[in-house]
Amino acid sequence: MGTTRNDRNNVPILLRGGRVIDPSTGIDTVADVLLADGVVKDASQELGVPDGADVRDVSGLIVCPGLIDVHVHLREPGGEHKETIRTGALAAVAGGFTAVCAMPNTDPPVDDPAAVGFVSAQGLRSGGARVYPTGAVSVGQRGKRLTQIGEMVDAGAVAITDDGRPVRTAGLMRLALSYARTLGIPVASHCEDTSLSRGGSMNEGIMSTRLGIIGIPNAAEDVMIARDILLAELTGGRLHIQHVSTRRGVEMIRQAKARGIAVTAEGTPHHFTLTDAAVEGYRTEAKVNPPLRSAADRDAVIEGVADGTLDVIATDHAPHHYDEKEQAFDDAPFGLIGLETALGLTISELVEKGALTLPQLVERMSCAPAKAFALEGGTLRRGSPADVTVFDPAVEWQVDPTAFRSKSRNTPFGGRMLRGRACLTIVDGCVVHDTTAGRATEPA
Amino acid sequence: MSDLPTFLGKDLIGLEELSREQIVAILDTAEAFKEISERAIKKVPVLRGKTIVNLFFEASTRTRISFEFAEKRLSADTVNIASSGSSVQKGESLVDTARNLEAMRIDMVVIRHASSGSARFLAERIPSNVVNAGDGRHEHPTQGLLDMLTMRDHRGRIEGLKVCIVGDVLHSRVARSNIWGLVKLGAEVGVCAPRTLLPVEIEALGVKVFDRVEAAIEWADVLNVLRLQLERMQAGFVPSLREYNRLFGISRERIERTGRDILILHPGPMNRGVEIDSDVADGPHSVILDQVTNGVAVRMAVLFLLAGGAPERAEAAKGGA
Repeated sequence: MGTTRNDRNNVPILLRGGRVIDPSTGIDTVADVLLADGVVKDASQELGVPDGADVRDVSGLIVCPGLIDVHVHLREPGGEHKETIRTGALAAVAGGFTAVCAMPNTDPPVDDPAAVGFVSAQGLRSGGARVYPTGAVSVGQRGKRLTQIGEMVDAGAVAITDDGRPVRTAGLMRLALSYARTLGIPVASHCEDTSLSRGGSMNEGIMSTRLGIIGIPNAAEDVMIARDILLAELTGGRLHIQHVSTRRGVEMIRQAKARGIAVTAEGTPHHFTLTDAAVEGYRTEAKVNPPLRSAADRDAVIEGVADGTLDVIATDHAPHHYDEKEQAFDDAPFGLIGLETALGLTISELVEKGALTLPQLVERMSCAPAKAFALEGGTLRRGSPADVTVFDPAVEWQVDPTAFRSKSRNTPFGGRMLRGRACLTIVDGCVVHDTTAGRATEPA
Repeated sequence: MSDLPTFLGKDLIGLEELSREQIVAILDTAEAFKEISERAIKKVPVLRGKTIVNLFFEASTRTRISFEFAEKRLSADTVNIASSGSSVQKGESLVDTARNLEAMRIDMVVIRHASSGSARFLAERIPSNVVNAGDGRHEHPTQGLLDMLTMRDHRGRIEGLKVCIVGDVLHSRVARSNIWGLVKLGAEVGVCAPRTLLPVEIEALGVKVFDRVEAAIEWADVLNVLRLQLERMQAGFVPSLREYNRLFGISRERIERTGRDILILHPGPMNRGVEIDSDVADGPHSVILDQVTNGVAVRMAVLFLLAGGAPERAEAAKGGA
């Protein structure tokens, strides 16, 4: 890792003959893409080969603006046994993501400009995806006083969020939305009324009744989604609702959008793939917050992603050491990892089953996340950053957690057959992930 | 341990996983073993040379002693490990404790733990037989079995019996084991408690819900009365113990009003004057001490069957064969 991206991105890259999909410009056609000087130079038919260019035959593959995950936990500082910013950023590019937004609920939390700078710096050194820091809403995530949001934004924070420690009082949330509006950043909200979810470890329903596990009712999420939508309407602030898991939640967000409220929202691959049946047998890999819910909720999440109510597909990548998951269900922590399975799950569960087209997938995983968090990227427009994902939408592969680049293995998808996988990930004009070596290439 | 699958399989985790036939066979085997405890010399060599660890992560007197008597009367060598406090607060994890025990070449583990699923967790990680002696709010299968044995002793059957479980079903492993077992054996099962103490969608387990205890008593042949823990009041599930007793307590007056011979069970320990009044607990309808006696026989039966014993060999085993 001796060279930085800037040393290496001097070599122009020509991606030849792929199906280029870029909803931001309305392109969906077989074309060449030329990257040079860290930016997209051109995307059109039959481009000439510049001197010294690295020419890649990507025929039969999809070329799209780099995927962006606005919701990951990279655990550094404080949880380096689970993940570091470096391993997380490398896991991201292995999964086809060129940028991620790191949540601030580390130990200590990212609640001041110095911590924001640390996350940015570790990201730059990672050799993987771009790492955008987010800052805590309140000092120490204690829910009392707003952080120095403006200074954190100056230091590179792209959003503030209460993820992991929800803001309890509506009063503080109102202030956060108002203040963030001034700065032009969204407030990403983990919607959970902890007085309703108290002590719960899974979805409340017949499965929790059978297992004897305290359940978290849908209402714990719904009342906070309702509250935050009302506060977004009151303040005019930009609200981003994280990991929506309930049918009423999807419905309320749909209605809020129809009313013109500035709200964006996430659907996660685990919430659109699994139900609380995955917890059967006390499987701690499937213990996640918000919990996996009923089939009706899962179907609503699928519908929400399909119609764009849930604009963004995000993973809530939450690494945990195996010792921590190797416990009785109540004692194990919430969370599962998603960076290296998200694309395959989205293709297998949504595209293959007809809920989403490939251009819509690119919209939900690249364009919309960039827009929601006002990030560069999410487009192949000339002059935009040379962040590109090339993936094979047809390849079948089996999830093998031991092969993950992430430091952790906590996934409920181990052993599952998936269709679709990233094979070439380019960040800032540099190839940072490449599995195309075995592909038959035309002789030069 | 035998390499062949035993009648019950490797472990007893819950009654949910057992078939009707398996449950009936355990009750029949227990019936045969009852007599051992009535002998002057209360010992048969059924489990001679077997090592059993009673691993109690949660305070328990009754269940632990009952298991220990069952083990000793079957001639097993036993070790008790009691450790209060949660597994997380303890330095060593549950999985490490289990692996260490395994390394000492034990045959069976009886586990009590505050977390639902912990017995299954252990069973999946060690080759020894595991008996669930109560895991969180999930199941307490030997309690469910001894409750059913007691009902069968006094009513001659389980099928068609109307059994109402009264009290904190939400937090109760006893309730879940009773529901699974009783429904499988053809009883009609009801539950009665304030709605704050009933789990959601409980009806899906095949039970009917009574909001008023008077209606439940009117309906039932058998009442299984659950302990109301003081923490429940502190956590706000019920406003006060006094009110709970007024609304849901099993009083002599409420029993006598029916004019029927209702059987009263309680898994213990009792809060006299809260969920059950003393004159009911000590009265003619109560079979609470029979439950305790039956507990030993049921646990002997479970240990015998898990160790590879066949139900039809129970009589012979008692003779030392």
